[in-house]
Amino acid sequence: MTQILMPALSPTMEEGKLAKWHVKEGDAVKAGDILAEIETDKATMEFEAVDEGRIAKILVPEGAEGVKVNEPIAELTQEGEVSDAPPARAAAVAIKVETPAAKAPLPVAPKSNGHAAGLEIPEGVEMVTMTVRDALRDAMAEEMRRDDTVFLMGEEVAQYQGAYKISQGLLEEFGERRVIDTPITEQGFAGLGVGAAFGGLKPIIEFMTFNFAMQAMDQIVNSAAKTLYMSGGQMGCPIVFRGPNGPAARVAAQHSQDFSAWYAQIPGLKVISPYFAADAKGLLKAAIRDPNPVVFLENEIVYGRSFPVPKMDDFVLPIGKARVIRQGSHITLVAHSISVGLIMEAADVLAKEGIEAELIDLRTLRPLDTDTVVESVKKTNRIVTVEQGWPVCSIGAEIAAVVVDQAFDYLDAPPLRITGKDVPMPYAANLERLALPTVDEIVAAAKSALYRN
Amino acid sequence: MARAEAAAAAENDVEHRPANGTNQDPAAAARLKAFYRDMLLIRRFEEKAGQLYGMGLIGGFCHLYIGQEAVVVGMQAALKPEDQVITTYRDHGHMLACGMDPGGVMAELTGRASGYSRGKGGSMHMFSKEKNFFGGHGIVGANVPIGTGLAFANRYKNNGAVCLTYFGDGASNQGQVFESFNMAELWKLPCIYIIENNQYAMGTAVKRSTSEVHMYKRGAAHNIPGEAVDGMDVEAVYAAGRKAVEWARSGNGPYILEMKTYRYRGHSMSDPAKYRTREEVQQMREQHDPIDTVGVRLVRDGIVREEDLKAFDRDVRQIINRAAEFATESPEPGPDELYTDVLK
Repeated sequence: MTQILMPALSPTMEEGKLAKWHVKEGDAVKAGDILAEIETDKATMEFEAVDEGRIAKILVPEGAEGVKVNEPIAELTQEGEVSDAPPARAAAVAIKVETPAAKAPLPVAPKSNGHAAGLEIPEGVEMVTMTVRDALRDAMAEEMRRDDTVFLMGEEVAQYQGAYKISQGLLEEFGERRVIDTPITEQGFAGLGVGAAFGGLKPIIEFMTFNFAMQAMDQIVNSAAKTLYMSGGQMGCPIVFRGPNGPAARVAAQHSQDFSAWYAQIPGLKVISPYFAADAKGLLKAAIRDPNPVVFLENEIVYGRSFPVPKMDDFVLPIGKARVIRQGSHITLVAHSISVGLIMEAADVLAKEGIEAELIDLRTLRPLDTDTVVESVKKTNRIVTVEQGWPVCSIGAEIAAVVVDQAFDYLDAPPLRITGKDVPMPYAANLERLALPTVDEIVAAAKSALYRN
Repeated sequence: MARAEAAAAAENDVEHRPANGTNQDPAAAARLKAFYRDMLLIRRFEEKAGQLYGMGLIGGFCHLYIGQEAVVVGMQAALKPEDQVITTYRDHGHMLACGMDPGGVMAELTGRASGYSRGKGGSMHMFSKEKNFFGGHGIVGANVPIGTGLAFANRYKNNGAVCLTYFGDGASNQGQVFESFNMAELWKLPCIYIIENNQYAMGTAVKRSTSEVHMYKRGAAHNIPGEAVDGMDVEAVYAAGRKAVEWARSGNGPYILEMKTYRYRGHSMSDPAKYRTREEVQQMREQHDPIDTVGVRLVRDGIVREEDLKAFDRDVRQIINRAAEFATESPEPGPDELYTDVLK
């Protein structure tokens, strides 16, 4: 004897109406026959037999409303059936939903675990000046030399030598097996990269700019970032998505925008956005070696800037660590990518007025090194964040929330945010200037936080 | 499992000589028997999953493979162990065909710690690196570039493996499928695209969604050969699969197989079934069922007796009942699992 239970016909159904019986007591049924029509809040659905047998008894009459899911509605006898399983005694299988929250304390999110092994620049190392562009190229070349599974793929990365010349010379050194020009097909080659990473390779996927990566967003978020979790730790996706991010110059709304906050929100990704050449090199090498998907946000305008880089055989930096680039006691200025240049300029202006700003380059946006920021605020009691992205749900908004949460009693002024304006990027030169953060705005915000207007 | 069992059966199990004097090849006979059992395992597994869903033990979305069993069973038998398989969310049959443990799959459906993804993936997101099964993907069409990437890795490593990339008639209209076809042929990647055309994308019939209903022609614009196959006939699937696998393995690039198949159940569990008639489903079931037709063939050719089929069914039911028991008795994942496996 098997009890036929009121079925759940949708993810949210708790009860339903037994609208109509298609069988009566004594009827023989086989798998697939319609037994009844069930009415739910969404639709009327037919309910099929899954086993052969004979309807022995109908327990719930036609028209009954509010029949709870799992309530026995009929009994089925199965001829000659070797009743070999508890699920045949369906009603006996109770739904055991544990409520661990009542017994155990709620799980606590671990402290950010993005700190890979790596060094800051050791003292006494010789420094050479190079552009961010060359630092990025060297990082890729060095990693490709040490690991044959690393390859570079993207639009114009090979024969054209990179739309922004980041991959200059790589085709000549590594050949077309490892430096691969793709068709213009972002979703396709981003997904192909994810598959190659599942297949044991370490792809570097270059987006000509991150504006075009929106076409590949599903592959980055749903396929690359989540598969480790969804596989219970079996899989993993060691891939780097890199390219220029943030406003360029005079290219208007579709080609001039900062996606930092978008990617920084996604669990399962690491997000890096450096300013200096040494960080670009040390962090890109770390990103290529990292077993997780890493979004590496560069900046087109910064590519040509030159900075000192340590002359070392293997210079790898830890992901997830901000850097205090200038000590100060009056106010903390926080930025990443090209905005680091702005806070450096602002600090010089402020210094002339006797205000000593402490400058923090976030370098990594996920995991965000909030410890370094909070420590600084405990010392300076004031903070201004600067970024080119839009203000709503921005990196600055996150930092302000963390500071208010973790250093509220230390604050002598509200945290302030300087961001790109809340508009699509205009084309006209004057409007574009207005849409972007400026040194003047930063200086004014800092003085306002110090009540010195 | 299909490939392992079929191979083992072909070598060892020759006691059922054809009784009717036909010159049935013993290896083919053993293979057909293994096909029958493998398809039956999927059928019974899915029926049980449907039951457990009805009891509230499986939640969310649950897409059953009933009716389409011949496709994965026939294709799997054409593979070598190092080959890969990837599919979308109607994936339980693919996992069983790859030899994944029914208990582990069922326990993932019930969201338990002993599931393949420790209860964190569910019906649509399951993987087994060991069995070269790369998911189980919830976004229609998104697995197609990923499968192409697995094939890319095979070519990059020159390891001789091929990747079977399954998707449905619905997914075949996704732009990323065409992007994948283009790159796969451009770079001659060892990828076999299997379009499981079960006639309906959710509730939308192929002719209502697709300008060219013969989907095997989808590769024509990219110079990829394609073929339509009776996906209700496991032997036809196996023959086509061998040919396509051979093509891709030999370095000729991708191949498209359109499997004409049919799902008996709804798109997911909450399917009002208003887009097709009861008679259409009944007709497929009664005249084209991939399992029944093989059962009839096995008896007709004297490979097994009617009682043997019943014995197979008893064995399979026992395996499935054990899997269901395991899946309902295993504990849920511990609360500490919430934060594990986000990053390596």
